[in-house]
Amino acid sequence: MERIVFRDVSKIFTLGGGRKLIQGHMRDWFHPAQRRKFTALCDINLTMREGESLAVVGANGAGKSTLLNLATRLCYPDKGVVEVNGRLAAVLELGNGFHGDLTGAENLRLCAALSGLSRQRVSEVFGSMVDFSGVGEFINQPLRTYSAGMVMRLAFSVAIHVDPDILVVDEVMAVGDQAFQAKCFERMLDFRRQGKTILCVSHAPETLRRMCDRAIWLDHGQIVARGSLDKVMTAYNGRTTNPV
Amino acid sequence: MWTGDYVFVLENLVMKDFKIRYRNMSLGVFWSLLNPLIMMGVLTFVFTVVFPNNTIKSFPVFVLCGLMPYNFFALAWASGTNCLVDNAGLVKRVPIPRLVLPVASVLSNCVHLLIQIVVLLSFALAFGFGVNRYWWWLPLVWLLEIIFVMGLVMLCSAIDVYVRDVRYAVESSNLVLFWLVPIFYGFEVIPQRLAGIYEYNPVAALVLALRKILMEATPPPSTLMWKLTGSSLLVFVVGLMTFKGLERRFYEHL
Repeated sequence: MERIVFRDVSKIFTLGGGRKLIQGHMRDWFHPAQRRKFTALCDINLTMREGESLAVVGANGAGKSTLLNLATRLCYPDKGVVEVNGRLAAVLELGNGFHGDLTGAENLRLCAALSGLSRQRVSEVFGSMVDFSGVGEFINQPLRTYSAGMVMRLAFSVAIHVDPDILVVDEVMAVGDQAFQAKCFERMLDFRRQGKTILCVSHAPETLRRMCDRAIWLDHGQIVARGSLDKVMTAYNGRTTNPV
Repeated sequence: MWTGDYVFVLENLVMKDFKIRYRNMSLGVFWSLLNPLIMMGVLTFVFTVVFPNNTIKSFPVFVLCGLMPYNFFALAWASGTNCLVDNAGLVKRVPIPRLVLPVASVLSNCVHLLIQIVVLLSFALAFGFGVNRYWWWLPLVWLLEIIFVMGLVMLCSAIDVYVRDVRYAVESSNLVLFWLVPIFYGFEVIPQRLAGIYEYNPVAALVLALRKILMEATPPPSTLMWKLTGSSLLVFVVGLMTFKGLERRFYEHL
């Protein structure tokens, strides 16, 4: 079964330069050709089948995050088609939707609801989420009293309790201390063993090696290499690319 | 496709708004009651002592019938307009249906509305206006007001993403509306040729309906109800369609 399909996908951002005064709007309106464009992704073709795990590597600004955002439907392509089949969970930025004045438990519930967990599922796994985060009795304290590491652990424990068909992960693995990272890895590997589809961005080769078997290398919005992880990583490590 | 639990998400977002607004206040939810009551006191003082009038009886109830709908409307509209920009992190990073944000924003104001309706009804009873069978109209007229505000919030929050000036326009409109909605004056003093137009304003229509029901124990006039229903539904549909049309590019503009 095809989980994610990109067909000739391009994403172009208009560089507004923060022009929000009325003359800026008028200029955009009357001279649309003069708007400066930035092509974040250009004619991307990509198919991910069930059980595949794909790593996306590339320099900063190469379009990795845009690719992930298109797959999660946070934004829409300007050209081409993005198809996604199945329940998708995205871990793009940890701690989004958290609020400092709410307690850890309240934040957990809110974040779980936003991630698409049902009321019943939250009441089932709530204890397990608290255990996994390891924040202990702090769970009923306001989030602003937490250390940065604790906030991240809380956020991550929500993310791994979403039970998706497709998991999209954007550079969030470097969370918490070593023991916690090991726990997170273990859960990610579980996902793989269960035959879930994983789309993953990371700059840590070790992370990718353990999680993915295929890879693509993005450069200036284009796929410059694809294939087995080792092959792409070798090519990527010997790269000579210009920074954007 | 997001396949989560809409009711659960809305409930959590509403609870979040409610909790963070009052958690650090020692008086807690009482602020919800205190605000309109202070305004009621001031307006009653001004229009019974400074500018005495002999036509309006039970001025506190009269003015409360105007203040409650206006307060709800103004607060829900202003805070709802900012809901997408204020939650830019959610819009850009969490793949939830964006429509839940304006809806949750209005619903969290409905929690305060509920408290205030209780105050309004208690005042009506305390001033000797008994319960009458037309009280059945109350849920309907409030529901229409909520539909109206929700439409307006969907419309303005979506446009606010593109043109941030909208929030100031909304704030100014609210100041103007305080005078244009019959809060501290009666509907009778409005000239006949303008009265028809007044009824198209759902907030003004609601004020009028409340006074008819609570103070005069008569049902709201049917022309008024039709205008209220028509303008509320129209604004709701326009708001929903605008939101749906604009939401595809929220990501780029936040």
